[in-house]
Amino acid sequence: MKVTLFATCLVDMFQGDVGKAVVEVLERLGCDIDFPEDQICCGQPAYNSGYVEESKNAMKKMITAFEHAEYVVSPSGSCAYMLKEYPEVFKGDPIWEPKAQALAAKTYEFTEFIVNVLKIEDVGAYLEGKATYHTSCHMTRLLGVTEAPFQLLKNVKGLHYVDLPGKDRCCGFGGTFSVKMGNISGEMVNEKVLNVEETGADILIGADAGCLLNIGGRIQRQGKPIKVMHIAEVLNCR
Amino acid sequence: MAMKTSDDRFQQRVTKELDNQFMRRAVSSAQERFQTRRLQQAEELGHWEEWRSHGEEIRKHVLANLDYYLYQLSENVAKRGGHVFFAQTAQEATDYIQSIAKKKNAAKIVKSKSMVTEEINLNTALEALGCEVIETDLGEYILQVADHEPPSHIVAPALHKNKEQIRDVFKEKQGYSQTEKPEELALYVREKLRQEYLTADIGITGCNFAIAESGSITLVTNEGNADLVTALPKTQITVMGMERIVPTFEEMEVLVSLLTRSAVGQKLTSYITTLTGVKDEEDTDGPEEFHLVIVDNGRSAILGSEFQPILQCIRCAACVNACPVYRHVGGHTYGSIYSGPVGVVLSPLLGGYDDFKELPYASTLCGACTDACPVKIPLHQLIHRHRQVIVENEGKAPISEKLLMKAFGLGASSPTLYKMATKIAAPAMSPFTKNKTISKGPGPLKAWTEARDFPAPSKDSFRDWMKHRTKGGGQ
Repeated sequence: MKVTLFATCLVDMFQGDVGKAVVEVLERLGCDIDFPEDQICCGQPAYNSGYVEESKNAMKKMITAFEHAEYVVSPSGSCAYMLKEYPEVFKGDPIWEPKAQALAAKTYEFTEFIVNVLKIEDVGAYLEGKATYHTSCHMTRLLGVTEAPFQLLKNVKGLHYVDLPGKDRCCGFGGTFSVKMGNISGEMVNEKVLNVEETGADILIGADAGCLLNIGGRIQRQGKPIKVMHIAEVLNCR
Repeated sequence: MAMKTSDDRFQQRVTKELDNQFMRRAVSSAQERFQTRRLQQAEELGHWEEWRSHGEEIRKHVLANLDYYLYQLSENVAKRGGHVFFAQTAQEATDYIQSIAKKKNAAKIVKSKSMVTEEINLNTALEALGCEVIETDLGEYILQVADHEPPSHIVAPALHKNKEQIRDVFKEKQGYSQTEKPEELALYVREKLRQEYLTADIGITGCNFAIAESGSITLVTNEGNADLVTALPKTQITVMGMERIVPTFEEMEVLVSLLTRSAVGQKLTSYITTLTGVKDEEDTDGPEEFHLVIVDNGRSAILGSEFQPILQCIRCAACVNACPVYRHVGGHTYGSIYSGPVGVVLSPLLGGYDDFKELPYASTLCGACTDACPVKIPLHQLIHRHRQVIVENEGKAPISEKLLMKAFGLGASSPTLYKMATKIAAPAMSPFTKNKTISKGPGPLKAWTEARDFPAPSKDSFRDWMKHRTKGGGQ
C-alpha cells in the first residue's frame, strides 16, 4: 500500500526522529512510503491567529503537493485536522473546495491509520518502562481519534501503562498561544508536568509533535528524569 | 458593575492573577468538583448527546423565531397584569427601572442573582437615586460587602475567594466574630438577609427562562433567595436578556435539565420557581405590581450574524469550568463580567473590541468549551472567528505580527523558500543554541523560553534524511 507522508514542519525541522520512526513503522507494516518534496506547513499558525487569507496560499500548495496521494498520513492529530478543515476554508470556491474535500477525505492521523485502515493493533513493539499518555486536544476533540493510540499501546510488550490525571486537559501549547500568552502557557505546561510526575512514569507518550515540544521543553528545563516519546517512536522499539 | 470591570491592561491583569495563589487553588479545585459532578450527572441521565442536540434545537428554534416569541411573551405577561418594557440600550433599561423606583419611593431594593443587571450597571443607577440595593445571592452578597468586587464566574461569582477570605470580609466590614465554617457563615448571612426581604420595597430578579406561552418566568437557585425576593416586596421587576425565551413549559423542562446538570452537576437545584404575573386576590404573597424589562443592549446586532450561536447560551458556565486558561487566570483577568470562553465570545460583541481585543487570544482553541456546552455552541470556532475579525476588519493586530504573518504567507506558501528556511534555521539559531537546546530565545521565542526549553533546529532536516536513505533499511 502506498502511503504519502505529511511530516509536518515541526517534525521536519525539530523532531526528525519522529519522522524516521513513522517511516520505519509503516514500512514494517508493509507500506510503501512516499514523501512529496513540495510539502510545506499546513498553515495552521497563521490560520489560527486569524490570518485566514495569508494562510490560503500555503493550503493551496499543500493540496497540490498531495493531489496524487492515495492515503495521506501525518504524525500529528492537530496538523491532520487542519487538512480536514480545508474544505471549510475554501467553502464556495469552485476550484479549491472540491480539491480540499478530496485531500480531507484521504487524510489520516498516524495511529488512526494503523488501527482503522491497516486494521493492525499489535505492531510487534517491545519497550520496557512505566509510561503515561497525554491525549492531545485537537486529535481527540476535533479529529475524534480517541481509542487508536490506546489500542496500539496496550499491545506494546514490556510497557506498563499508568493513567495521567487530567490527561485531556490542554498542555498549554495552542500554537501561537504559547508565545502570545507565554506566561499563561508556562503555567499550564507546568501543571501538566506535575501531573506527569504524579504518575511516577518514566516515559511520557504523546501523538502530537506540538504538545510534545511543549511538555518536553518544560521537562528538559526542569531536568526531570522523564523521557518524552512520540507514539511512533514507541511503536518503533523492538 | 458594568460589562468592563478593570482599567488595567490585559497583561497586567494576567500577571496579577497568576500571582494570586489563593485564587488559583480555589478555582482549580472548584473546576474539578464541577466537572466531575457534571460528567457523573450526564452519565446518569443517559443519552447526553441526544439531550444536547435537543437543547441546541430548542435554542436555535427560539432564535430563528425570536420576534414571534417576544410578541407572544409580552402579550401573555400583559394578560396576567404585568408591564413589559423593551430596552434597546442599557441606559433605557436603567432609566425605566429608576422611574419605577422613584414612583414607588423605594428606599430598599433586594435583588436575586442576575448577570444582565450587572451588564447594564443597574446597582449603580439605583444607588445614584439614593436606594439601598442588597444582593441576596450568597456569592453576590459577599462581593457586594467586599467593596463591590466584580464577579469572577457567571454562576459562582465569589469562586475566587476561599472561606477564610470570606470570613475576613465579614469580620472587617460587619464585625463578624464567628469562624470560617461554611455553615456558620451561611447562617450569619441568612439571618441578616431575612430582615432585608421583610423591609424591601422592590424585588429585582434576573430570568433563567421566560415562557412565551404563559408569560411566566423561571428562576433557578440553590438558596431560595429568589423566592423571597419575589414573594415579599410589593413590586417585582424582572430583567432578562432578550434571547432568554422558551416557547412552552415542555422546552423549559429540557433546558432546566441541561442547565442544572451542566452548571453545578445537580439533577435539580434546590429551588426551581416559575412565576406568572401579579398575585391573585386569593394569594397570600407575591407582588402587586410586576415589570418585565427585556434588554437588547447589542443582542439584536448579534442575531443574524455569524456569532448568532452565542445567543443559544443558557449561562451554565460549563465552558468556564472546562477551560484550561480560566483555570490559571481566574475570572478577573478577563476584565469583563462575562469570563471564560463564553466571556471571550460575548464581551467583544456586547462591549466592543476596543476593551476586549485580547480576550480571543486567551484561548488555546483546545475545544474543551465546545465539548462541555450543553446547547452545542461552537465556542472555540467563534473565538477563532473573533481573531479573524480583529485581523481583517478591526485592524487591531500588532504590526510586527502582521509582518510576520505576511512573511509566513510568502515563505510557507513557496516550497522553495520553505526548503530554504529548513536549511538556514539551524545556522540562524546557532548563537542561541547550547547542547542542541535554546534556553533563552530571541523574538517570539523569548516568551516560550521563560518556562521551557526549545529544541534547536536539526542541522539535517527530516526531508534530507528521507532523500538520502535507502528504503527499508533505516539509516
